[in-house]
Amino acid sequence: MARAATNRHKLVVTLIAWTVGIVIFFPILWTALTSFKTEAEAVATPPTFLAFHWTLENYSEVQQRSDYFLHFWNSVVISVGSTLLGLLVAVPAAWSMAFVPGKRTRDVLMWMLSTKMLPPVGVLIPIYLLFRDFGLLDSRVGLVIVLTLINLPIIVWMLFTYFREIPGEILEASRMDGAGLRDEILFVLLPMAVPGIASTLLLNIILAWNEAFWTLNLSASQSAPLTAFIASYSSPEGLFYAKLSAASTMAVAPILVLGWFSQKQLVRGLTFGAVK
Amino acid sequence: MKRALSLIGAAVAAFLGSSAQAETLSIATVNNGDMIRMQKLSEHFTKAHPDITLNWVTLEENVLRQRVTTDIAAKGGQYDILTIGTYEVPIWTKQKWLMPLTKLGANYDVEDLLPSIRSGLTTDGTLYAAPFYGESSMVMYRKDLFEKAGLTMPEAPTWAFVSDAARKLTDKKAEVYGICLRGKAGWGENMAFLSAMANSFGASWFDMQWKPQFNTDPWKQTLTTYLGLMKDAGPPGASSNGFNENLALFQSGKCAMWIDATVAASFVSNPAQSKVADKVGYALAPDTGLGKRSNWLWAWNLAIPASSKKGDAAQAFISWATSKDYLDLVAKEEGWANVPPGTRSSLYANPEYRKTAPFADLTLKSIQAADPQHPTVQPVPYTGVQFVAIPEFQGIGTAVGQAFSAALAGQTTADQALQTAQTLATREMTKAGYIK
Repeated sequence: MARAATNRHKLVVTLIAWTVGIVIFFPILWTALTSFKTEAEAVATPPTFLAFHWTLENYSEVQQRSDYFLHFWNSVVISVGSTLLGLLVAVPAAWSMAFVPGKRTRDVLMWMLSTKMLPPVGVLIPIYLLFRDFGLLDSRVGLVIVLTLINLPIIVWMLFTYFREIPGEILEASRMDGAGLRDEILFVLLPMAVPGIASTLLLNIILAWNEAFWTLNLSASQSAPLTAFIASYSSPEGLFYAKLSAASTMAVAPILVLGWFSQKQLVRGLTFGAVK
Repeated sequence: MKRALSLIGAAVAAFLGSSAQAETLSIATVNNGDMIRMQKLSEHFTKAHPDITLNWVTLEENVLRQRVTTDIAAKGGQYDILTIGTYEVPIWTKQKWLMPLTKLGANYDVEDLLPSIRSGLTTDGTLYAAPFYGESSMVMYRKDLFEKAGLTMPEAPTWAFVSDAARKLTDKKAEVYGICLRGKAGWGENMAFLSAMANSFGASWFDMQWKPQFNTDPWKQTLTTYLGLMKDAGPPGASSNGFNENLALFQSGKCAMWIDATVAASFVSNPAQSKVADKVGYALAPDTGLGKRSNWLWAWNLAIPASSKKGDAAQAFISWATSKDYLDLVAKEEGWANVPPGTRSSLYANPEYRKTAPFADLTLKSIQAADPQHPTVQPVPYTGVQFVAIPEFQGIGTAVGQAFSAALAGQTTADQALQTAQTLATREMTKAGYIK
């Protein structure tokens, strides 16, 4: 009886999980399906699900028109670069907040988070002028810097939560054994925090990969990442959904694959501590 | 350590990319068929000018507008050639943001540009942007449905005829709607259509003292005609329909009439895309006999930021892309049907083009019928047919568009929408200093 109840419970939970999963995944699936339709079929009513004339013409046209690999490479450099640079700053910051908290540490953490509440367009012109004067417009370096700054609060918060779980006594013991600050962080703290750092890294790469406001506004032709690649396929006059879907599928595919292979780390990262 | 530093330096240099080449032109453009074709054919230009290389930045219209406006206002210098609409040209010229196009070459034949298009791009006799393609709006209708209903579409219909025909042709059970019109909110969306429609009813955005006119009878007539027509003969969910949504509806045979950009004619008559390609007829946008038709005027133009240091090379490119020779090149490579329309008189005199494009005559007539300098029945202090060429218009136009779209969705009445429009337009125009 109890087993039957457990089985029913399991079935219900499984069903709910599948339904939620399918609902969340549906837009991506629909985008992928649309990318294989002709423009006329992409907007047909009622829409066709699988029984349509499958074609690769959208992909071939997107390939012909755009330099996908330039955009892809820009996305890789910008997302990985900004995440690594962010970690470089955030690890010492999170260390100090977790292990030597001051009177105002909590306030500082809250203040950092509050910077995420500012609508980015509010600071577009000042940042644009700064970028112009420093010659950073349409450069990958500029985008790496700005995305580092934008994602830094999240990186610090996530690392802070992981570091707090590590008993301070272990670090104390290493100090007693004569480890300096650098050795303490590099050889004691970081190895213990590897899972946390890995999930922070992955989550931030995804956030930076998908960032579309700054990457669109501060890039032109040389540093434009995949967000600009997608934006170039939307059109106010003329049907474009199939080509746009092909471009979107090509843009999300790499990060989807990365997410698939690292889902364990990601789930841990997303269900942990501050971002619980 | 030194080696590490130099490695870092090299990496930074590689990141920065090679933007130091002397004659690389950065071209910002919108994503539409004609522009993409130009990008493809531009190798003919670079072959003739081996010292110039081209970098293309293609963006969606709204993203592009925000992007290039930020750049030109902040003098960012990211682009050497901009694709801008007829709305921006007079405003940006006034701000001294654009370089005068005085070096287009002896063979450019500026007199050949269609006068109504050219006048919107000229200030004090100098051209500040060159038109790449131009459009007006007209009625596209289903000849077969008209014939079945025993109706004949005149070449220059009135709103009374169009309204009556739309109601007669509607068969909601068969999902055929008498008329498809824009309903999606936005200054370039529903307000482009409604501002042009209002012109034909004798309405205007402002009077000579810049006072908004939404509390006048002509506007009330415009909006009630539009809302009534859409309620009786429009497709469901019309408040979210823009150009593309209506294009899809018309092409799949669900609209008996569609009033929109003339450029749509080449889509709906293309058998590869359209189920009704061989059944489409064309007519001028309707009027009410007051002397103005409800057609708009728009062109995508190429311009150079005043701060560009590559003005000569940029003018050479613009001259190539908007010349008569370019039209011939497109015709040779891709056929006459793909030539960018609406900029040059000579194109409409070309028998080969007229043969391929049965809508050529009406497109030309529509463009000629629009007068951006005198857009309304009553005199107004502004230029622009379906827009008002002042910087504040984008914000006001979109807010008014939202009020009208809400009325179309049935959330408010026509009177409430007009009252909202009047209040917010008065507030914004007072704040901007137009109303003393």
